[in-house]
Amino acid sequence: MAATVKVVRLERTWKDQIYLLEVLRGLGLTLKHMFVNMWGRRATPTIQYPEQTIEYPKRFRGVHRLMQRDDGRVRCVACMMCSTACPARCIHIEAAETDDPSIEKYPAVFAIDELKCVDCGLCVEACPCDSIRMDTGLHMPPVLTRGAAVLGKIDLLKLAAPSVATQGGEKPGWQSKPDDPRFADR
Amino acid sequence: MMDALVPIAWSLAKYLGLLGIVMGIVPVLTWMERRQSALMQDRIGPNRANIGRFRAWGLFHPIADGIKMFMKEDFIPAHAHKPLFTLAPIVALAPVLIVLAVIPYGPGMQAARLDVGLLFLFGVLSLSVYGATLAGWASYNKWAMLGGLRASAQMISYEVTMGMAALGALMIYGTLEPGAMVEAQRGGFCGIGHWGIFRQPLGFVLFTVAAIAETKRAPFDLPEGEPEILGYFVEYSGMRFGMFFMGEFAEVVVSSAVITTLYLGGWIMPWDSAVAVGAPHALYVAHGVAMWVGKVFVLCALQLALRWTLPRLRYDQLMRLGWKQLLPASLANVLATAVIMVGTK
Repeated sequence: MAATVKVVRLERTWKDQIYLLEVLRGLGLTLKHMFVNMWGRRATPTIQYPEQTIEYPKRFRGVHRLMQRDDGRVRCVACMMCSTACPARCIHIEAAETDDPSIEKYPAVFAIDELKCVDCGLCVEACPCDSIRMDTGLHMPPVLTRGAAVLGKIDLLKLAAPSVATQGGEKPGWQSKPDDPRFADR
Repeated sequence: MMDALVPIAWSLAKYLGLLGIVMGIVPVLTWMERRQSALMQDRIGPNRANIGRFRAWGLFHPIADGIKMFMKEDFIPAHAHKPLFTLAPIVALAPVLIVLAVIPYGPGMQAARLDVGLLFLFGVLSLSVYGATLAGWASYNKWAMLGGLRASAQMISYEVTMGMAALGALMIYGTLEPGAMVEAQRGGFCGIGHWGIFRQPLGFVLFTVAAIAETKRAPFDLPEGEPEILGYFVEYSGMRFGMFFMGEFAEVVVSSAVITTLYLGGWIMPWDSAVAVGAPHALYVAHGVAMWVGKVFVLCALQLALRWTLPRLRYDQLMRLGWKQLLPASLANVLATAVIMVGTK
């Protein structure tokens, strides 16, 4: 059985047909918007960006920073977890040995290419010692050359503060918590 | 010898005066187009160009645009027909500037009083179709070619309606000379009763629609049609493109000026005679010019507003509107005008 198709045509009155009245109505609408925006209450949702900014959410991922130990040395132990986790492969680390037996390694070179970075935050998740963070709230400033977008260890440490997390040294280790009853059976 | 030169110098001065007014309105229109559209669409629009801390609501953007146009690379495609490619923007812009000569823009302010003024105007103005067509053809680009073809078909189609719609006004005024047509609109009910818009309301609408189609602007901007073909000037860059751009806005001003002359009483206002009697002649002339500029500007603003209100027509709709609706309506208008004129004689 053939399907029956019901054709519904738009009912157009002569007012619609001559089109001119509808044009005037449309003009009325756009002009109303224009005059309201000119003299009345502005409906523009625009944010005049460099002068006006919106407040970013607390978990906004900005430019990276490298956290410090209490003595100001970098917390990073050059474990390569962040550079392994990085989907954009923008973290370059060259490890070196330290004399401190509780640390063993530190990054001699730690560079992040902020142009390659996709701001995913996986490096922060991967870091076992709270060394790398993206909580500066800063945008990467514009650069004139691509090389200038590569932030080194010194640049990243300049944004840093001592981390509140404990790790190595004289303080209780961050991996074992002997005073905590939950760790009693370990 | 010197006596012969004086009228020529006067004409030239009057022409340059009008050219200055039009070229002054054009950058304001480019600014208005963007700001007005922004306000209509609840945006803010361009407001960043500045001189020091002074921004003037973005009024410096036309200056920035001009500088940009001149500094940009002027590129000619490899297979383009170079002489025509160079000629096309000039052909598009020049007719618009030539017809300014016959437009009266104030008492006695008309560079050339031609007895065939309106025929001259239509004749020269229709030459600007060559600009679009040549640009499309000379670019060696399929899309530009399509744009050029669309432009020629559209402009020729709407020229017919334009002429027919104007014919009704010509019959009433009994003259082809624009200055005399303006004078013929003096007086009547409230001092504006003899304006063309009241004696030829249908003619006014038809002529306005056809004139907007003639300027190739939305809703009739098929030759440009940026989502489909980008238009006849797709290969143009730098100041060559700038000339098309300027030509388009100059056409808006000129079409508004023609509509003002034919249907809105030119520079004439109801209180004109009071100004003529009570004020020195220079003030009378300045008043006339100011009124003319005001009317033209309102019409320009209307055309810009229409652009941001109406969607673009489809090509078959454009042709149907032109040939099957506007043209019969304009013929009926001519017929009705003739019958009424004979009947009331």
